[in-house]
Amino acid sequence: MSAYAQSPAPASARRIFLKGVTDGLPFVLVITPFGLLFGVVATEAGLQVHEALTFSVAVIAGAAQFTALQLLQHAAPVLIVLVSALTVNLRMAMYSASLTPYIGAAPLWQRALVAYLLVDQTYACAVTAYEKHPEWTVRDRLAYFFGVAAPIVPPWYLLTLIGARVGDTIPPEWSLDFAVPITFIALVAPMLRTLPHLAACFTAVVLSLLLAGLPWNLGLLAAALLGMMAGAATERHLAGRNLP
Amino acid sequence: MIDHHALWIVIFGLGIGSYALRFTFLGLIGDRQLPEWLLRHLRYTAVTVLPALVAPQVLWPAGTGGQLDPARLSAACVALLAGVVFRKPIAAIAAGFAALYLVPLITG
Repeated sequence: MSAYAQSPAPASARRIFLKGVTDGLPFVLVITPFGLLFGVVATEAGLQVHEALTFSVAVIAGAAQFTALQLLQHAAPVLIVLVSALTVNLRMAMYSASLTPYIGAAPLWQRALVAYLLVDQTYACAVTAYEKHPEWTVRDRLAYFFGVAAPIVPPWYLLTLIGARVGDTIPPEWSLDFAVPITFIALVAPMLRTLPHLAACFTAVVLSLLLAGLPWNLGLLAAALLGMMAGAATERHLAGRNLP
Repeated sequence: MIDHHALWIVIFGLGIGSYALRFTFLGLIGDRQLPEWLLRHLRYTAVTVLPALVAPQVLWPAGTGGQLDPARLSAACVALLAGVVFRKPIAAIAAGFAALYLVPLITG
């Protein structure tokens, strides 16, 4: 055994945590309008400040929160509200499955904490970094994940609170409804580096448009699943062709 | 106005339900090896779910009541292009927002 082959010093985990913070920080710009907007919309719908805040702390998922709020305002039955908003969040189960090979070996309490902090932005940052740094240990990966979450999740609570207290309407000319689409495109575009990734993405986009009329966001799920199948099939096809 | 009784049921139901969705695989599977075919599909999670979520909003944005909007469409295209070229999410976000606010100025 070489003297150099020891487990990474805490310094390395600390450095990777800070790298996570740096990578997560830009997303503050994006969740700022989104979090404020949720607070504002919630107040307009008649929620008390503490109700809006509890909503954000319990759910931390913008899209699902907006869906639930909108349906509640139209006096939809509670069961319909829950099913619709949870369907919007079904992608979180896919994220959870996708991160399992990387951090499944971590202690249960840490995985439980990761699960709570698992949102679009933390997932996208983490999976990109994990693919880029296959040499990272499970501990490094967790340090990175918590680093990314640090500037994203606590501000989400704070912004909901500020939005709910301000209770003022943000001018529609700011087009802030589009902050989220721009972020998601920005997160995904750099990942489109291989043919299977392109095939998966293209299939998902086309199907999501064709199936947009389906109720309860079923179109999203079908488009994502079929896109994943297209990616996997393309990968298999290419691997088969490259075999000696 | 909102029925506050229903609201609290939704907050707790949605909180517990969302957590269950996030915890299922991470918590229950842990470090057991997933089959290769499943891993091959999971590799494409991010590049399918997020685009499928966004694509309808690009063509039929909520902010314009579902009307196609040149500013939002340009913002989406510019963000995509900048992300592919520069390989940095932050560059793509900046370019996307620049298009979102500049295109209406140009087209009037």
